[in-house]
Amino acid sequence: MADVLLEIEDLEARIGAGPRAVRAVDGVSLRIRRGETYALLGESGCGKSMTALSIMRLLPAPAGRITGGRVLLDGIDLLGLSEARMRAVRGGRIGMIFQEPMTSLNPVLTVGEQIAESVRIHRGLRGGALRGRVLELLDAVGIPDARRRAGEYPHQLSGGMKQRVMIAIALAGEPELLIADEPTTALDVTIQAEVLELLRRLRAETGMALLLITHDLGVVAQTADRVGVMYAGQLVEEAARAPFFADPRHPYSRKLFDSVPTMAKRARPLAVIPGSVPELTATFSGCRFAERCARAWDACRERVPQWHRVADGHGVRCHLYDAALVAGAPGAAVSADAAADADTAAAAPAPEAGGHGPGGADLLRVRDLAVHFPVRSGLFARTRAKVYAVDGVSLAVGVGRTVALVGESGCGKTTVAKAILQLIRPTAGSVRFDGVELTALRGRALRARRRDFQIVFQDPYASMNPRMRVGEIVEEGMAALGLVADRAARRRRVAELLAQVGLSEPALSRYPHEFSGGQRQRICIARALAVDPRLIVCDEPTSALDVSVQAQILNLLKGLQDRLGLSYLFITHNLSVVSYLADEIAVMYLGRIVEHGPVSAVLAAPRHPYTEALLAAVPTLEAGAHRPVIRLEGDPPSPVDPPPGCHFQPRCPRAMPVCRERYPVGTVVGAGHEVRCHLYPGA
Amino acid sequence: MLAYIVRRILYAIPILIGVNVITFALFFAVNTPNDVARMQLGVKRVTPQAIEEWKREHGYDKPLFYNAARSGLARLTDTIFFQKSVRLFAFDFGRSDSGRDIGADIRQRMWPSLAIAVPVFIVGLLTNITMALLIVFFRATYLEVSAVVLTVVMMSISSLFYIIAGQFLIGKLMHLVPISGYSGGLSAFKFLVLPVAVGVISGIGSGTRWYRTIFLEEFGKDYVRTARAKGLSELRVLFRHVLKNGMVPILTGAVVILPLLFTGNLILESFFGIPGLGSYTIDAIQGQDFAIVRSMVFLGSVFYIVGLLLTDISYTLVDPRIRLR
Amino acid sequence: MVKPVFLWTDTLLYVLVAAVAVLVWYVRRHEHLRAPWREVFRNRMGVAAMVVLAAYVTVGLLDSVHFRLPLESSAAGGERYSGQVLSVLDLLLTPLRTHQEETYSAPLATRLYSKETVRLPDGRDVRIYPRLRFGGAQLRDPARDRLPDIERTILRGVGFALLVWGALAAVVILVLARRHRWAPRAALQRVLAGRTDYPVHVALYTAGALILFASVTGHLAVHYHVFGTDKVGQDVFYETLKSIRTGLVIGTLTTLVMLPLAIVLGITAGYFRSWVDDVIQYIYTTLNSIPGVLLIVGAILMLEVYMANHPGDFQTVIARADLRLLFLCIILGITSWTGLCRLLRGEALKLRELDYVQAAQAFGVGHTKILARHILPNVMHIVLITVVLDFSGLVLAEAVLTYVGVGVDPTTYSWGNMINGARLELARDPVVWWSLAAAFLFMFGLVLSANLFADAVRDAFDPRAGGGRRGG
Repeated sequence: MADVLLEIEDLEARIGAGPRAVRAVDGVSLRIRRGETYALLGESGCGKSMTALSIMRLLPAPAGRITGGRVLLDGIDLLGLSEARMRAVRGGRIGMIFQEPMTSLNPVLTVGEQIAESVRIHRGLRGGALRGRVLELLDAVGIPDARRRAGEYPHQLSGGMKQRVMIAIALAGEPELLIADEPTTALDVTIQAEVLELLRRLRAETGMALLLITHDLGVVAQTADRVGVMYAGQLVEEAARAPFFADPRHPYSRKLFDSVPTMAKRARPLAVIPGSVPELTATFSGCRFAERCARAWDACRERVPQWHRVADGHGVRCHLYDAALVAGAPGAAVSADAAADADTAAAAPAPEAGGHGPGGADLLRVRDLAVHFPVRSGLFARTRAKVYAVDGVSLAVGVGRTVALVGESGCGKTTVAKAILQLIRPTAGSVRFDGVELTALRGRALRARRRDFQIVFQDPYASMNPRMRVGEIVEEGMAALGLVADRAARRRRVAELLAQVGLSEPALSRYPHEFSGGQRQRICIARALAVDPRLIVCDEPTSALDVSVQAQILNLLKGLQDRLGLSYLFITHNLSVVSYLADEIAVMYLGRIVEHGPVSAVLAAPRHPYTEALLAAVPTLEAGAHRPVIRLEGDPPSPVDPPPGCHFQPRCPRAMPVCRERYPVGTVVGAGHEVRCHLYPGA
Repeated sequence: MLAYIVRRILYAIPILIGVNVITFALFFAVNTPNDVARMQLGVKRVTPQAIEEWKREHGYDKPLFYNAARSGLARLTDTIFFQKSVRLFAFDFGRSDSGRDIGADIRQRMWPSLAIAVPVFIVGLLTNITMALLIVFFRATYLEVSAVVLTVVMMSISSLFYIIAGQFLIGKLMHLVPISGYSGGLSAFKFLVLPVAVGVISGIGSGTRWYRTIFLEEFGKDYVRTARAKGLSELRVLFRHVLKNGMVPILTGAVVILPLLFTGNLILESFFGIPGLGSYTIDAIQGQDFAIVRSMVFLGSVFYIVGLLLTDISYTLVDPRIRLR
Repeated sequence: MVKPVFLWTDTLLYVLVAAVAVLVWYVRRHEHLRAPWREVFRNRMGVAAMVVLAAYVTVGLLDSVHFRLPLESSAAGGERYSGQVLSVLDLLLTPLRTHQEETYSAPLATRLYSKETVRLPDGRDVRIYPRLRFGGAQLRDPARDRLPDIERTILRGVGFALLVWGALAAVVILVLARRHRWAPRAALQRVLAGRTDYPVHVALYTAGALILFASVTGHLAVHYHVFGTDKVGQDVFYETLKSIRTGLVIGTLTTLVMLPLAIVLGITAGYFRSWVDDVIQYIYTTLNSIPGVLLIVGAILMLEVYMANHPGDFQTVIARADLRLLFLCIILGITSWTGLCRLLRGEALKLRELDYVQAAQAFGVGHTKILARHILPNVMHIVLITVVLDFSGLVLAEAVLTYVGVGVDPTTYSWGNMINGARLELARDPVVWWSLAAAFLFMFGLVLSANLFADAVRDAFDPRAGGGRRGG
């Protein structure tokens, strides 16, 4: 196997010492060939990042350490190298980029200096040659105007630019292997598409191998040659991309696929993986996934599964593929998974096909909503400029319906949510809830209305007071609004609510930190439900969660809507969630809605060029179905100083002279489908 | 930037007025100008005429805050508070209660104060940063543990002990340097060695610990991981990346006290008999000379506000992320 | 019967002790509050520091129970009491308090430190170092007997200490054994090897060192002046023990004064922003810009004048000195609240944007309730860390301020007064060093243990310091 570049054998890494040590990586073996893209796929806490850091010997000291195994780069064991020789490997033969480009660059050094540093060490260039090489690298990663950018500091660059700079730093040593640890997770989907495209291109140009660490099946489908699936510190499946996407073998891999929300799955609940990842402090006597596996039987709990080759280059760690054991398995061995999905059906009752009925009157009507934040400067701190965070948004949510508000970070969608809830007072416009103008209400009158509309936040870790018990958290709203005066009755109601979101009564007297992310989000939903709201604004409720947990929450939200007739305003950047859950979609760009209409219409035939680009950027699971990415020029403009005419015009591939002159008016292009673009001149 | 500075200077005015109100209220709440006059003239044989005379001479012959006898704006302006404050704002300190020219005193006594405070500041800063860097470089070794323990011990010792022990050991037992008797010129240099050394040593404990915390915090950040992933040596990571980032809070923290160096170090100056502003203040306290104390309060406040402004400006110099608006 | 006397600082100290007791009870019932404290108790340095602090606090509290003894002559009828206010500590230290010499004497000396003219029985006047009235008075020939007697006394002290410590260790180990159902022998082994949940062995060793010190000095103090005597012949050991209370009062009551101000203003400024924030920022910038020492000077001068004009308000010297101490605490509090206030404002600014605060607002929860339920509990760790960190600084500040002349009353026992009084004596030849040494030693002990304790608390409570429990 001369073409093997990196070989990992039985790698073990631990965080901490003694009996409480976490076995973050527990016997991982894999091989990466030259020029190949190997995707390490897994949910949070599965040990994929720790594997990458172990290769670089960069585990967080002194808690983390490698306790066993070998890491061979071209036959040289990296774990045996002296620190000085290892430094030549880091940044030289192996480059690495990280998830958070915002914090991964040194804020007080210019971009050029940070790249030059790496070039100097590994290529030994000085003076003019060094400067030339830095500019070359900036060019190579697609940063325009490299000479100027080299003298800028990281904070002057956008997130996508920063990640490009990170890549340039990693490329400086002309590595044979580039490790990319969730390189696009913190980026918007259009930026993600560009960065992935860049990585693909660089790999083709330089012939380096790429170890891509990700949790996103779509990214894997678009980028990888080979895939390794990690679960609880171990590799559970490994295959080339095509066979893996065609026929994933491990029950965990299958569940991952099934839990991805799509338009096609609208009619039924998503598959979920019950329970949560086991604690890695324990020693396992059986399969690590057995507790959560629908197909587990006695053998899975008693014997540690071995690695089985199921096809050429396709291996699985599962008893289902052990000929000696599979006889004891319930049901047929490899084919059936319909039966296995029985548990998902129980999670929520199946709604009637075709989504929800047309719904009655509009519960919420927002007209020309605007929120401007003043920017003060000058001698007397006068308002010199404004941040046009929300600048004329109109939308309506019908009873029992779900409207998705979609847009990239900074487009103002969260501000819309807070302005609707009157957490931020709008600068202008009207918010009518059930016929009542909310912007006119003050004090007690507004407080009395608050029970009708509630919010679920994005970050389940920040949305609950860590010093309060779950019971107190859930009942806070009831007490504040004086809904249930009697303490005992309130307690009963809280227990009821927790049961409704799938938590048991003992949770009442526990603290938020004792729950996982998904469970916390359930508690937040219970808190919102406590006051019997009619509308719930969900602000990215699943974007901090793993895909299998996301499925649980989506099922729960859908089930609650069917039972209670709730309306949702669902704010998200995730179009697959939209396609699964929403009835209508509104696409936001820089404080305004550029297109809205029924989900089926907009997603199938987007009209606005921005919507088109957004949809094209979403990586799809259909491997090979490689849609061309619509490249958007530059970065999203600042809401302080929106471009003249159509806000999207500087980046629009189809911009016309008129676009620079005035903002387009809305044009109806279908039933309830409206778009604001000069391509569709009004009727 | 300029607009920002002008705005900050304008903002200083209400603060200085507030400071003056507080000092006036404090000093005259219980001690009426009559009491002051009586004390300054000596307790024995004070005639009411002599008191009135003294008050007129020193500008205390008006009501404190509100002059009901006058009309219009003069009700507020023809008062001790207004008259004295306005002069202070023009940095005209007037005469002390015992008749000295405060402005001249300050100008003269400023230099000895600086002669001790500046070296203490610079040497102290360098020493503390060096110590902190060393400790951080030897992270997770016994060297670090013992150095940290040493700093705790050092900061638990009273500054008075450093002074007394220094004077006793170096000055008295070894006769290396004179203990007191400051004079200008070259001989001052030899004399200043001990007070400066004492000043630096008494600050090592807390200073080093503080900087160490700053550097350690920087070490935990993501960009350090990036630097390591580039293949940088630990020394380079420390000096090129961590030190540079750590200097942002260190420098800006140091800048705020820079102007206050003018007002001197009360304890050091008093112990070593240095005729600076610190000992001037102490003498004024012990002599109950309110005019001097008030002037020093005003001066201290001005310097503090200048320090805050310098801090903001120094941020823009060392941290590219910060711009003043 | 004795007549109890409640000084202002006594009362406030009792309130503080009660508050701490309530807090302990509250923390014990809340798991998330207990967890960081458990970390503190697992920190070996922290445990050692706590044992030492406990010793200081015990002495300080004993010195805070004041009363006046009945006069013996009044046994007949109407209750009449001595004008002298004493504390429990004074009673315990009666020999130290009453063994008054003429003037300076060195530690463990039997003769005065300076020559005096003494008339011999035969009528001649000679200048000699006269025998002390109490120090070593039991010895017939001090030159010959002094050292052997001191050695014997020390040995007795060590023996007694071993006895007491052994008993204490036995009790602790037996209690542990009972609680964990270990055999006593196994418990002993575990404790010695440090294989217990909390570092019991560290606590025992520290307590052992303290008991040893107390026992040896205690035995010696009966017949000697362990730390010598001062200018007026007062026992220095007694003075330094009495100074402990002053140090503790300044370190704790000052924070008690500043806390309400700092907390209320800090979190309201950060939470409400707008004009509330502007006003509060103005207040603390103004206060901050006045040099702290000068502000204290002004206030103390004011107090002195007030006291001079109202001599009738103070029945006893001690009450007068006590009021000045209290006032010093108040004024120190007023000058030091700004730092914490600014910290809390910054934290409240961050917290108000957090989702759980927004969620509460979405329910229409009132501002007061949000401040009390969501903001305050989440800044308490900062308050705690600041309070503990400030303590040692305040103890040190007392000495400096007293030196400048604006500290505690000259009649109050304090380390600052001891240093101030003894400073000039360094110029004497030979040097009188013991007052300084005793003051610095006891102050150092308190400040060092407070600093170590503060470190342990910060490591456990500060989320930024969390995670890495490194080093020893």
